[in-house]
Formats: sequence, C-alpha cells, structure tokens
Amino acid sequence: MTAPVHVAPRPRLGRVLQQQGALIALVVLVVFGALRYGEQFATGFNIQSLLADDAKYALVALGMTFVIMTGGIDLSVGSVAALGGVVAAQLSGAGLLPAMLAALGVGAAVGLANGVLVARYGLAPFLVTLATLLVARGLALQLADARSAVADPASGFQDFGRWSLLGIPVSFWIVLVLFAAGALALHATDFGRHVLATGGNEDAARLMGLPVDRTKVAVYVLSGTLAGAAGAFLGAQTGSVDAAAGQGWELTAIAAVVVGGTLLTGGVGSVFGTLVGVLLLQLIFNLIVFENGRGVIEISSYWESVIRGAFLLAVVLLQVRLTRRRAAPT
Amino acid sequence: MPETVSDPAATRSPESAAAATGRRGAVWAARAQRYGAGVLLVLLFAYNALATPNFLTVQTLLDVQLRQAAPVAIVALGMALVIATGGIDLSVGSVMAIAGQVGALTLLAGVGPVAAVALALLAAAACGVFNGSLVVRYGVQPIVATLILFIAGRGIAQLLSGGRLTGFRDPAFQFLGLGRVAGVPMPVVLMVVLAAVLWFVVRYTAYGRTLLATGGNPRAARLSGVRVGRVTMIAYVASAALAGLVGLVVIGITSASDANNVGLGLELDAIAAVAVSGTPLTGGRISVIGTLVGAVVLRLLQNTLIAQGVPREVAQIVTGVVIVIALFLQRRSR
Repeated sequence: MTAPVHVAPRPRLGRVLQQQGALIALVVLVVFGALRYGEQFATGFNIQSLLADDAKYALVALGMTFVIMTGGIDLSVGSVAALGGVVAAQLSGAGLLPAMLAALGVGAAVGLANGVLVARYGLAPFLVTLATLLVARGLALQLADARSAVADPASGFQDFGRWSLLGIPVSFWIVLVLFAAGALALHATDFGRHVLATGGNEDAARLMGLPVDRTKVAVYVLSGTLAGAAGAFLGAQTGSVDAAAGQGWELTAIAAVVVGGTLLTGGVGSVFGTLVGVLLLQLIFNLIVFENGRGVIEISSYWESVIRGAFLLAVVLLQVRLTRRRAAPT
Repeated sequence: MPETVSDPAATRSPESAAAATGRRGAVWAARAQRYGAGVLLVLLFAYNALATPNFLTVQTLLDVQLRQAAPVAIVALGMALVIATGGIDLSVGSVMAIAGQVGALTLLAGVGPVAAVALALLAAAACGVFNGSLVVRYGVQPIVATLILFIAGRGIAQLLSGGRLTGFRDPAFQFLGLGRVAGVPMPVVLMVVLAAVLWFVVRYTAYGRTLLATGGNPRAARLSGVRVGRVTMIAYVASAALAGLVGLVVIGITSASDANNVGLGLELDAIAAVAVSGTPLTGGRISVIGTLVGAVVLRLLQNTLIAQGVPREVAQIVTGVVIVIALFLQRRSR
C-alpha cells in the first residue's frame, strides 16, 4: 500500500463505493431478481441452494482473504479442496465427524507446507502454492484412482448437506459464524494486527518485533484448512467428489476477494467484503438461469464468466482511481 | 546455458556475487540454479536412451518429445518476457482459446487461411493490449489485470463458439500444427525459430536492455530515460500474440477449435517452465534457452515417468517437487 497519508475520512461517494460498492451491487441485484422473477426467485428452495453452493466458495475465499492481506497468495486451494473432499468421502463410512476432521487435517497439512516454505525459507508464494497445487491434485487423483470418490450413502455424511436451520443451510450458518470470527480476529486481536502489519510493510513489522513468520504460517494453515473444509462441504452436498473438482477455485476466490475491496498488495482488507464478493459473483449465474427460465430472451451461460470478468474490471478500475486520489497530496 | 541475461545495474550474476562473498556452497547453488534444468535434461535423456526402447529415434525425439513440449515452450517464451518486466500473465490459456476460435470461425467464413491466421493473431494481440493497458496505464497488479481476461476470455471464446466444436479442414491453415519443414514438425520449428529471435532480441537489441532494466528497477529505468510503459506493453502484447499462435497450432493439430478446453491450465505449465529455468518472478532477469529447457525437461520428466508405468497423477506430484527444488536453488544462490 501507499505511505500512510492521514486524511480526515470524509464520506465521499467514491470511498463509499469502494468500501461498500460490492454490497450495493449485491442489494441491487437481489432486489432486481425479486422484482423481475418474483416468487420463484425468492423461494426458500432457490435461496437454500444458492447459499449451499456459495458456502464452499466462501470458505476458500475467507482463507484467501487472510493470505492476501499478508501480501501473499494461495493458488493451491482448489486442489486442496479436491484432496479434502476425496479424503472426506472415502472416510465417510466412519461418520460425519471423522470425515470432516480428516478433510480439515489434510488441508491444514498442505497449508503448513505452504506456510513453512513461504515464511521459513522465503520462497515466492505464487510458485510455492503452484507446486503444492500440482502435488495436492496428484494426491487427490491418486487416492480416488483418477475418478470420483463416492461417499458412503449409509453414513450420516450426506445428511450434513441436507440440514438447514431457519431456512438457511447449516453449511452457510457455519460460513456466517466463521466470517464473523474472521472479522473479529482481524479487527480485535493481535493476530489481526500482525496480519495487516505484515502485509502493509513486512520489514517494518519485523523491526517492530512482530512475529511475521508465525503469522504467515498461520494464514496459510488457515487457508489450507478452510479449503479442506470446502471440499468436505462439496462431498456432503453432492455425495461424491471428483478428483478433478475445484479446478480454478483459486482464481475465483481471488476475484471475490478483490471484488470485496481487499487490495492484492496486502495490508488492507475486508473479511465481510469477501463474503459479499462471493455472493455477488455467484448470484450472476443464478440470475442468468432465471432470465432464461422466462423464455423471452436466451442468455448463454457463457455470459456468466464474461460478466464476472467485467465486474472484476470495474472494481479494479474503481480501486485504482481511489487509491491514486488518496495517495496524491491533498 | 550461461545466457541468463540480467540487468547489470540491478543485479550481478548470482555466480559472481556468490564468488565475491566466498561462500562455496552458494557458488554451487548458483551453478545448480543455472545449469540444474540442463543437467536434469541430460540425465533424463541419458536414462531414456538406455532404458526406453526406441527413444533414440528421430520420430520419438522430434514427433513425440519436442512436439509435445513445443506449445508450452512457446507460451513460456512470452511468459518469460512478461516475468522479466516483473509481471505475470494468467490470461494466456484463455487468449489461446480466443485466437483459436477467431481463426476457425474466420476460416469457415471464407476469408482464406492467411487472413484467418492474421485475424486470430490480431485478436490475441488486442488481448495483450488490454492486459498491458491495465498494467501500464492504470497500474493494476499484473495478477489481477490478467485474471480479468483469464475469467472473461474463455467466456468470450465460448460465446463465439456457442459451446460447440468448430471443425474445419484446410491444409494451408493447419500447416502451423501439422506441417513439416525439412521433416521437422512445424510446432518444433516455431519453437526453435521464436526462441532464436527472442534470444537475439534480449541479447543484442536496445529493447532487450531496456526490458531487463525495467524489470530490475522500474524507477531507476524511468529516471534514466527508458520508456518503461512501452517496454512493458510490448511484453504483454508479445505474450498474448505467442499464446494466440499456439492456439492456432493446437487447433491445427486437432482440426477443430474447442473453446472449452484449448489452453486450459496452460498458464501454470508455462509459469512452471520459467520457474524451473531458475528465473525469479521478481523481474529483471530472463533466460530464453533456460525457459526452453525448462519446458522440455518438464514434459520429458512427465513422459519418462509415465513410460515407466508411474501413474500420471504421481508424475504431476514430481513436477511440483521439481518446482520447489528449483525455488530452493534460487534462494541459496541469492
């Protein structure tokens, strides 16, 4: 980030747009969907399936947010999710808890490897996590014999994907709790301060005696663990996990983080913004499905990625304008 | 490959730097970094010559090993240029799909093979201008800037194709993929010629020097009169154009453009090839021959393991481990 320039925070439209732009867009799209598609859009079923889908991406993006705030990046999350999902599905016969814990453990182990290579040995995060992306994918393919790992249908594993509370899937409740905990950790704990200090200016953080290395290891372990959990959620939701699942999740997660207002340069970030970013990018797909359902005009689902890219472009250009204005002497 | 060119003002050669500080281990690590990929290539070659039947035939070497490595190698050349500026290009796979689709559609529209190739390359170059503008004019981080086309680019190609295979048959158009020059498959010819051109540009032209100065220390380069923006822009356009060319090679080989799959995941293969060549992602350094060797060695490693009955999945794990080893060697020699 830029040098700290202390400007009295004025509620400028631009600032509000950067900080809450994704949220505003999300609200606008939800209202648009509710008005245009009426009851079908607002049904419990649609909301449930939307949120259940979002849960796994949200988990991955939460971990990615913390990694990016330290100035790093984690490309391995998609492969780790596949690995975690395969392990969870294969152990599902032992029950829900052991399967979930195994997925978390596998994810944490890959995250630990990432963290140690990045923090202890100072290797480039982009390439380290590219390497573990390959390794984790290879392990997932190997374990699943290059096919899908099918969950034990007699076990309670898949029940997890069906539970809901107050009309919202349990998996999404967990996401909400974790994001609340993440926001709390960022703003109210030493860990959060260390994360932001590490990403803001690593050398300065070291000179101040902050545990930079330990903080970095922690965020990669967090990211890996959450990716493992996302894989387990996928398994519980669909009953099987393809060893090729999760491809490209890392870049989707990075896009959600950026749309949510976190700068890739580190040191600045919003946990809540990431959740909004995930919901926003996923909602686009849902709206396209509904528009096609009306049968008036046919929108190819390929627009989905084009619109997502356009969103990312708009957010990035907005961020650029705002950071430049802030960096300029006032 | 003692041709790792680096910006003399910004960095000394790692070997001489290590020698100056008198650390023997570091000298060895620097050598390993420089020659590691080459040594691995020689070892793999020797092993295969002894253990793999029919390995030492022109057909295996040219038509299998080198031809399979060529697409990644050509994309990796462009990637190496971008990495030399301190950037990265995640969009190459999507740009391949766009160029392939534009090429196939314009060919079917009857513009003729030459115009189809030109239009496809133009579309790819336009993608490069888009990436370059975001990085240069707006100062967007290269990862994010090229992530936009990574996401949207494949969608654009799929919209063009309607999600269907676009098949065609045109020997002239498919020459890029299937042709032969003096018996050598065209992809291999392209790989060698483009690498030679790039090697010359980096070593002997003003662009090469300004490129390395830009990546080594952009501020210093700007102060000394280098047009940093233009240098960076050219790198992104070259990377996209090379990716577009490879898109045409790939669809030429298969006689069909498959927007869903052409170039899928290739960005990571190309980055891996550059990383294995010992080039850091921080910019200011480029090794053209090293990049070529990196791409060939990763392919040969995969093929060797698979030929030995190692499952494809495990071969992938070995690639990951090789990247980490390359990173360690880079670190030791710093």
